[in-house]
Amino acid sequence: MSDRFISIEGIARRFPVPGVGTTTVFEDLWLSMLRGEFVCMIGHSGCGKTTVLNILAGLDAPSNGTVIVDGQAIEGPSLDRAVIFQSHALLPWRTVIGNVAYAVSSKWRNWSSVQVAAYAQKFIDLVGLKGAEHKRPAELSGGMKQRVGIARALSIEPKIMLMDEPFSALDALTRGTLQDEVRRVCQETGQTVFMITHDVDEAIYLADKIVLMTNGPGAVLAEIVENPLPRERTRNEFHKHPLYYATRNHIIDFLVSRSRTFINETRGTYDPRNVAVVCPGLPEPAIARTYDTSAKPNRGQQFAAH
Amino acid sequence: MKMASLTGRAAVVSFALLFSFLLAWHLATRGSGTAQHMDPEYAKLMGATATQGKSAMPGPIDVGVKLWEHLRRPFYDNGPNDKGVGIQLVFSIARVLIGYLLAMLVAIPVGFLIGMSPLMSKALDPFIQVLKPISPLAWMPLALYTIKDSSLSAIFVIFICSLWPTMINTAFGVASVRREWLNVAKTLEVGTLRRAFTIILPAAAPTILTGMRISIGIAWLVIVAAEMLVGGTGIGYFVWNEWNNLSITNVITAILAIGLVGMLLDFVLARLTRLVTFPE
Ligand SMILES: Nc1ncnc2c1ncn2[C@@H]1O[C@H](COP(=O)(O)OP(=O)(O)O)[C@@H](O)[C@H]1O
Ligand SMILES: [Mg+2]
Repeated sequence: MSDRFISIEGIARRFPVPGVGTTTVFEDLWLSMLRGEFVCMIGHSGCGKTTVLNILAGLDAPSNGTVIVDGQAIEGPSLDRAVIFQSHALLPWRTVIGNVAYAVSSKWRNWSSVQVAAYAQKFIDLVGLKGAEHKRPAELSGGMKQRVGIARALSIEPKIMLMDEPFSALDALTRGTLQDEVRRVCQETGQTVFMITHDVDEAIYLADKIVLMTNGPGAVLAEIVENPLPRERTRNEFHKHPLYYATRNHIIDFLVSRSRTFINETRGTYDPRNVAVVCPGLPEPAIARTYDTSAKPNRGQQFAAH
Repeated sequence: MKMASLTGRAAVVSFALLFSFLLAWHLATRGSGTAQHMDPEYAKLMGATATQGKSAMPGPIDVGVKLWEHLRRPFYDNGPNDKGVGIQLVFSIARVLIGYLLAMLVAIPVGFLIGMSPLMSKALDPFIQVLKPISPLAWMPLALYTIKDSSLSAIFVIFICSLWPTMINTAFGVASVRREWLNVAKTLEVGTLRRAFTIILPAAAPTILTGMRISIGIAWLVIVAAEMLVGGTGIGYFVWNEWNNLSITNVITAILAIGLVGMLLDFVLARLTRLVTFPE
């Protein structure tokens, strides 16, 4: 068996609805991720992306099914899985360094405060917040707050980073800079990342695989798009790649129409355990093969040789 | 010419109001008319009030003189019925602080429990709803009967009346801590106790202190009434005693002192609230 680092195995999540009974956000959802992989999930609002992420984080429990991380079923939140919240979720009564130090001292409980502060400072420098250590969150811009959130998540040296639309509240310029930084840091540290986004370009720039989720309720994973762009890509160049538009159009086409119709069109043939893997740019039909985790995504390297 | 600052202008208006009030008070209580003809023996019995047409209500100058006397000798002690205002205030403040602090020791942990546990919240709610509207003075006979000590009974009454605002505010503050902050603690595997002290307490502190501020205000309101009932010492007893002595001057002086101490207590709590309030 391959190095299946995260394995979501047939999870479902139902919420009680007063008067109606229950609503099923999704059920029988399967997905696996490799170690060091950057996976983005795209889908319309309300389809259940945050619910998936909360289950991965251990903040929410699935109604059915399990999630295995590194060979163990998760039973709750863990310091191995850091979460970057959409609303940054900084503690407003603590300073920047206080927020990061809170995470550090939670992970290494017997460290002295000097050790904790020095270590926290390292990550504040890493995200470019040197000089703002003693500011309170209320004095920071949205981008700076999100940087603190990133520093806090990185500081506990997690095995997995979970990000819920981390940049959606930021202006385009700040978003770009932070994307670059997250990309750099994740590559340097070999992070495994699961990120939710609304932004197709963001997904193409950052992700190795892009998971497309249909509209809810009863959402399913429609496809896994393998990013055909080389792993070494830059913000200024990636959209000039010959397969950039094919990838982008494929995803946008999904969001515009197929996210609505997918379930009806594939009724009877859809297999939640073998979600189609798509490599944009290949001749039609775009579906190259079913999902096989033993196959390494190496197409990027081929195109890099162009 | 530049306009003076808002504070400056407000101070001018305040002084003008105070001056007009003092002037009106002075004019209203000034002696009027001449002494009526009456038997000198009878006039002696009646005192100046009746004989010189002077109002029984003291004027601001009388009160000012009295106030000055008290300020010069706040802590004199000529036996149980004649103690300085300062001593009486110290007695009252001590009772309030003891009862109040004991109440905080109970109200904050119980409020935490109610705020954190929906079960306890539901279970304790009927008791709180019934106990809260009871006038604290209604407990007095029960307290006197069981405790058998007037001073302790007054403290008990302060305890009871300080309890509710702080408990209810604490419960509310704890229950409404933002979910995302709790999620931060969860993802960092922070234990229950550490979470209570590092997330819930700072997040709820402004609400808790607002409750504590309401509590101290009520406690100071209640102590005067309680001491009027139980007697012995304290500013409430002083007011009642001076009323029995028909010394309206002393009563007014005491009223002023009660107001000032109440303001001071509120000021301290307001300061503390500011200290724990965080901008969002
Ligand atoms: N606590 C909850 N109770 C009831 N319904 C919920 C709850 N949380 C989420 N939902 C529902 O689940 C669906 C998916 O929500 P969410 O995962 O937040 O969507 P997304 O992040 O994709 O926008 C939504 O329709 C939402 O109304
Ligand atoms: Mg969401």
